[in-house]
Amino acid sequence: MAVARLPLSIDHIPEEKRSIYDAEPVLSGRGMRIQWGHVVGLDGVDIDLYKGEVLAVIGDNGAGKSTLIKCLTGAYEPTGGTVYLDGQEVHFKRPQDAREAGIETVYQQLAVIPALDIASNLYLAREERRAGPLGSVFRMLDKRGMARRAGESVQNLGIQTIQNMGQAVENLSGGQRQAVAVARAAAFGSKVVVLDEPTAALGVKESGMVLDMIKQLRESGLGIILISHNMPHVWEAADRIHIQRLGGCAGVITPQSHDMGEGVAIMTGAKKLVQDQLDGAA
Amino acid sequence: MSTASSDAAAQFSGRQQSALQRVQNALHLYPWISPLVILILSFIAFTILNPRFATAGSMGLLIQQMAIVAALAIGQTLVILTAGIDLSVGAITVLAMMVMATLAKDGGMPGLLALIIGVGLATLAGLLNGILVTRMKLPPFIVTLGTLSIFTAIALLYSGGSSIQASHLPAFLNWLGKGFSIGGLRLTYGVLLVILLYAVVGFVLSQTAWGRHVYAVGDEPEAARLSGVPSRRVLLQVYTVAGFIYGIAAWALIGRSGAATPNAIPTANLDSITAVVIGGTSLFGGRGRLIGTLIGAIIVQTFAFGLSLAGVNQQWRLLAIGLLVIIAVSIDQWIRKVK
Repeated sequence: MAVARLPLSIDHIPEEKRSIYDAEPVLSGRGMRIQWGHVVGLDGVDIDLYKGEVLAVIGDNGAGKSTLIKCLTGAYEPTGGTVYLDGQEVHFKRPQDAREAGIETVYQQLAVIPALDIASNLYLAREERRAGPLGSVFRMLDKRGMARRAGESVQNLGIQTIQNMGQAVENLSGGQRQAVAVARAAAFGSKVVVLDEPTAALGVKESGMVLDMIKQLRESGLGIILISHNMPHVWEAADRIHIQRLGGCAGVITPQSHDMGEGVAIMTGAKKLVQDQLDGAA
Repeated sequence: MSTASSDAAAQFSGRQQSALQRVQNALHLYPWISPLVILILSFIAFTILNPRFATAGSMGLLIQQMAIVAALAIGQTLVILTAGIDLSVGAITVLAMMVMATLAKDGGMPGLLALIIGVGLATLAGLLNGILVTRMKLPPFIVTLGTLSIFTAIALLYSGGSSIQASHLPAFLNWLGKGFSIGGLRLTYGVLLVILLYAVVGFVLSQTAWGRHVYAVGDEPEAARLSGVPSRRVLLQVYTVAGFIYGIAAWALIGRSGAATPNAIPTANLDSITAVVIGGTSLFGGRGRLIGTLIGAIIVQTFAFGLSLAGVNQQWRLLAIGLLVIIAVSIDQWIRKVK
């Protein structure tokens, strides 16, 4: 192992889920630091993500949630720190590098191209060509094959309301669009899926649908990072909660160890999380 | 973004639609339907006004007259699909045409070589537009407004501003003006080449990954980039391919006009944009089909030809085209609101 795992208080994790934490983390960051001139965006943050868990990242605006995630997924190049994927040191220079390594990101907005159909969106920049000379010489797309597999990807997430893969994404509801973005991540993310505020623009019912998809993804054994401002969603979906505060990590809690009020108190600095307190309570 | 209204939220398939919404949806999927309807109606109307309109001879002439604008409109469609606009269409075409003709006449260069240099120059001119748009991050309107003047000036300076008659040019450069007749329908090789261009570019846009990327970059450049589409490279390629097409059109233009003249096609910019817009391609990028542009180019020429055959003052044609442009853009705005 190239990297020692962070201490983990297993006692606050429900018994049936503890086996997840027997394995080594799928994605780790150590001493993640980013600085723009005199502004410190991240001040040496450590993070571990395990396969089959939903790790929520919460924090106030400007606490460094998105910055941390962007450093892990190649959207930003950190000033310091190391990223490990499956224990191996990796250096992502562009989001494509992370994507090729099996890390998919679903952005809050800008996740899909409204004018293109669902299948085209799922396969955007990963188009598959027809077999034979039609594909190799004429570069012809395998539209039927992509539509069929796109349909399967969407079905796998338990989405019944999207039937026609040839329909333009702008004809879909907000929740369905997000479903397309998540399906895309699920279809190609072999290791980690990062969701940045996936429910921010959605109504109650659609948010529920997206949370169900997230749980579905977790069942398939992916490591999931969920960035969210919505505390009820975090407490519903997350296994562990990483709290960012002022560019650093204020602690990692679980929905069982702390309630929402305590979580928000730690997030805003009204309360300090003492690691001993967590272990002591066990 | 859809509203949060909860029961409508996740149910697309079972939704009730009014007839108007169904029309809106159909136009959204096939934006070339409305120009096609206009084309068919105007054909019927002009045939009633003057039966000579619907003869093979008239059609052959109509097709030849619209071919150059139709070719230029292919490049314009590519650029407009990326939410850009190309005002240097005419300038690049004239530059390529004058360079080809001058090299052949004054330089005594073989026709093929002059053609290759002319088309190459047009391609480079497109590349320059692309570099200014992607690297300098200048708005396409400003870039091509600038290069419009620059390329026009170069063409005039290089050629001395005078026309070169076809009789002074090698046969190869005039070849696209030659043709054949099927029944009474006379077609030129230039027309066939333009049809071939439509087939090739239409295939690339609708059947290849690059085509998808053009639409994606035009619709949501940032989302496309985050999805892994090399947005800047695609944009650069679009302007370059457009330049190449203008170069080919310049060759066809020599054949069509029987000469290389600096003012051979003074309204190229607006005519090509008009064809694209009437053809149902959105000026906001990401929406439209190349077949629509072809229909748009035919509509413009149909009005010109039909009105003159009907003995109507040409100013009515301008008025009709102006109305069509406004109607086309209004329809585009309406179908973009489709839910």
